[in-house]
Amino acid sequence: MFPFLTVLIALPAIGAAVLWFLPASARTRVREIALGITGAELLIALIMLWQFDTADAGAHQFAELHAWIPQIGASWALGINGIGLLLVLLAVILTPLALVAGWREDTDVKRRTQYLALILLSLSFMVGIFAARDVFLFYVLFEAMLIPVYFLIGAFGGEQRRYAAVKFLLYSLAGGLIMLVAVIALYFMGPGGSQAYLTDNLTGIDYGVVPERLMFLAFFLAFAIKAPMVPLHTWLPTVAETARVGTTALLVSVLDKVGTFGMLTLCLVLFPEASRWAAPVIIVFAVVSVIYGALLAIGQEDMLRMVAFTSVSHFGIIVLGIFAFQQTSIEGAAFYMFNHGLATAALFLLVGFLIARTGSASIHAYGGLQKVAPVLAGTFLVVGMAVLALPGLSPFISEIMVLIGAYPVAPAAVIVSAVSVVLAALYILIAYQRVFTGPTPDEHGGTREITLRERIAVWPLMALMLVLGFLPALAIDVLRDPSADIVSIVSTQEAGE
Amino acid sequence: MTFTTPQIDWVPLTPILIVLGAAALGILLEAFIKAPQTRRLVQVGVALFALTSAGAVAVAHWVTLEGAGTIVMRDMVTVDRQSIAWQILIVLFAILAALLYADRTKAGEGAFTPLGAAAPGSAEETLARRKGLELTEVFPLLLFATGGMMLFTAVTDYVFLFVALELLSLPLYIMVSLARRRRLLSHEAALKYFLLGAFSSALYLFGAALIYGATAQTSMVGVGTLIPLIGGNDPILMVGVVMVLAGLFFKLGAAPFHSWVPDVYQGAPTPVVAFMAAATKAAAAAALLRIIYTSVHTLGWELNILIWTVAIASMVVGTVVALAQTDIKRMFAYSWIAHAGFILVAVAGFSDEALSALPFYVLTYGLASVGAFAVMTQVREREADGTVAAEAPRLGQWTGLGSRSPFLAGAMALFLMSLAGIPLTAGFVGKFVAFGAALSVGAWPLALIGVIASAVAAFFYVRLIVLMFFTDTPDVVKDAVAIDETPLARAVIIATGVSVLVLGVFPAWALGLSDQAAVFVTGLAGS
Repeated sequence: MFPFLTVLIALPAIGAAVLWFLPASARTRVREIALGITGAELLIALIMLWQFDTADAGAHQFAELHAWIPQIGASWALGINGIGLLLVLLAVILTPLALVAGWREDTDVKRRTQYLALILLSLSFMVGIFAARDVFLFYVLFEAMLIPVYFLIGAFGGEQRRYAAVKFLLYSLAGGLIMLVAVIALYFMGPGGSQAYLTDNLTGIDYGVVPERLMFLAFFLAFAIKAPMVPLHTWLPTVAETARVGTTALLVSVLDKVGTFGMLTLCLVLFPEASRWAAPVIIVFAVVSVIYGALLAIGQEDMLRMVAFTSVSHFGIIVLGIFAFQQTSIEGAAFYMFNHGLATAALFLLVGFLIARTGSASIHAYGGLQKVAPVLAGTFLVVGMAVLALPGLSPFISEIMVLIGAYPVAPAAVIVSAVSVVLAALYILIAYQRVFTGPTPDEHGGTREITLRERIAVWPLMALMLVLGFLPALAIDVLRDPSADIVSIVSTQEAGE
Repeated sequence: MTFTTPQIDWVPLTPILIVLGAAALGILLEAFIKAPQTRRLVQVGVALFALTSAGAVAVAHWVTLEGAGTIVMRDMVTVDRQSIAWQILIVLFAILAALLYADRTKAGEGAFTPLGAAAPGSAEETLARRKGLELTEVFPLLLFATGGMMLFTAVTDYVFLFVALELLSLPLYIMVSLARRRRLLSHEAALKYFLLGAFSSALYLFGAALIYGATAQTSMVGVGTLIPLIGGNDPILMVGVVMVLAGLFFKLGAAPFHSWVPDVYQGAPTPVVAFMAAATKAAAAAALLRIIYTSVHTLGWELNILIWTVAIASMVVGTVVALAQTDIKRMFAYSWIAHAGFILVAVAGFSDEALSALPFYVLTYGLASVGAFAVMTQVREREADGTVAAEAPRLGQWTGLGSRSPFLAGAMALFLMSLAGIPLTAGFVGKFVAFGAALSVGAWPLALIGVIASAVAAFFYVRLIVLMFFTDTPDVVKDAVAIDETPLARAVIIATGVSVLVLGVFPAWALGLSDQAAVFVTGLAGS
């Protein structure tokens, strides 16, 4: 069988190497080359979507298995089920759009080349993480991904970029290294042998209560830093306001999903007993994230920080859905990962367009743009409505699935979280009102309307959210089986106790 | 009392004999070849030829070896897979170091003083420099130290080990003092190293004497068989074991026996530091493993307390103090101390995994260190008149290197990431197997402290990356720092850099070899 996933991982990595070593004279077309590579990625991913067997969405399809480091039980094992498929799609859809959005960002060809190479490299790692079926491979890519992102933040961005990059790296590294102890421990407590790290081989093993809980905590900590949960979220706003908008969009929309993806497909599956043990506390933290993130989002002056805090809030809802252990809530959480990626990326890119026009990210620097740039304002409003989960757009479906699904087991948490819907309306509408309505200040009288390039970058995301808002079954069909598998792993053992 | 001639199986000793023989030959050549340039060429040739052929013989021996190994001299020297593995590593590091020894700046300036005997700043020194003298004794000295280290990995007798210890130490004391620039610093480092080294040797010797007093044995295996009979409560035995290990911890650079490390790193010529960082660590780790696994492991928990304490102290001291360093070599020195702690983490619990993990771990560490020091030889200070002078030691002088020399800065970043243990570099796999060895016997608190120390260590490695890549070069630095370009150092950087990457992505082959090395021949069978 054609190794779709290996190609999908290797193509951008090779592309990054090609760009990096391209002679200076041949660098005038680097943007086109990078866009071509990501376009090819998208094409391959669409072929995979077409070949994906929805009836068997719970199984790992396009599976590949090769020995890698047999001495320590690591294999090059890839394969995606419905959840992995959606997230791989998310990565390959957003990357070309982010490139289009940032088309004019660099004037210096050398820096532009480096930026594009790093973006391609992180795309390769992202796809690899979502496709890994081997805990060691997952871990290696999870940590290695820090390198391109670290350089993306530290070398390209605003004034505080050095501080932001180091903060990001230290947070992630601290979580990752503690996870490393648990990863090593899995080898010695698990089945061992040359395929010790295959997730399939690690499922359903009794590690003993205390070791399982410790390993769970180590994994969870790393993931909670990635998908920022209060109180481990403080790196995200710093990064969001200093990094390039394209970087931030990819970081928050795709990379941070690694956290919730890891919770869902590793924490729950490998450590079901410990997951149940920790769920009440985690749900409390999730609800705190939901409310705290939303409240802080209302108070932000910097639009980038605002979007970052809305994400903290939404990640809380995803975590709530995951740790409610219900079929509907987990489907909703997985679907929300995808939708949140679309909506947040679109919002970040739009804020980036505003900054490109005036150079300011402060809400107070704007006003009355509706009159001079009505289409831009309309686009912003639609995307904002998606973020606040308006019915008709796909985030609504997923949010309601999480809340309804989780209600039977955690009614209090759901009721409190539902307040965030109101808060979301506040932060989006206040921002819209300040920026787009009211009198237009003189210096903004000539603000450009949204350009064709910018429409190409954002409108496909809107279209996708609309389609999935009315036909959510398209996505939910592939999420049902994998969610059911996870629920059965978490709850069969409950019955056995 | 009759003296019986010991039976010696010479063949397995060939690599050591080649290296030591070439060293002796080098001393003779020193006396007979007068022209400095010819002498230098011949010495470099002899050293490289001896090292590569010793390495080739050792590899051939590994390949043809049936079973675990051979007892060369009963109770004295054993060449088994474990010691061959370490010898190959030491030879490899010595070859890389020899290339750096032979390297010269574009202005034709070597790393060593032209006349070691001349007082710093004296008229003799100026004269020697003007006449273009070359100090080529460093090559035989390098070979002597290498031979001593190779022997160090194979000795199975406490007294004979002392001979090997001195054989490897004495040339190092001399080489440390021979820096071309900043000679006072170099002298100070050598004196400190010599005094503390002599002290630690004395500790070792006294410890060996006490062990002999308690067991009437000098053979490691013999002591090991007697310990269960005597028990761990015998104070003479315990004090002896602790002192013997203290001597080795000193060589390994583990805290609290580490105070010489930063000064020596700072003062010694960079090629010598590169050699010490990699090869001394390998030799010390090899001897430590042999003593612990074949001799004193029967002490059990009493011994483990000592190892845990030293491991934790090394990791904490190494990482925390490194945070405060502004001199790049001192920073690496503290990182060396922390890595000594990581080695001890693997040893704690005496798992079999440690025997296969450590050769690989030291290989990854050594490659990254040698590479990093090779990069350091390329970044130099420029004096007001434009001549390129000594290496640039302060971290601030590395600001903005990424835009001035992407190759050097990229290589340095790769080595730093490997030392920090970031995946897809060799250092990650090394750390993985080392901590794995500790976890396999349940020493998870040590592994946990190890990863926390790694996270702290990442901070100062990353700080250098931030300086190199994310900070613009100030004009002061642009004028005062020159990038040198010397072929040999570049070759070393490329070789180590590629190895670090390959071992990080495809480590299976090397790990497989390392697995085979997990054997000691104790000589008990058949005795």
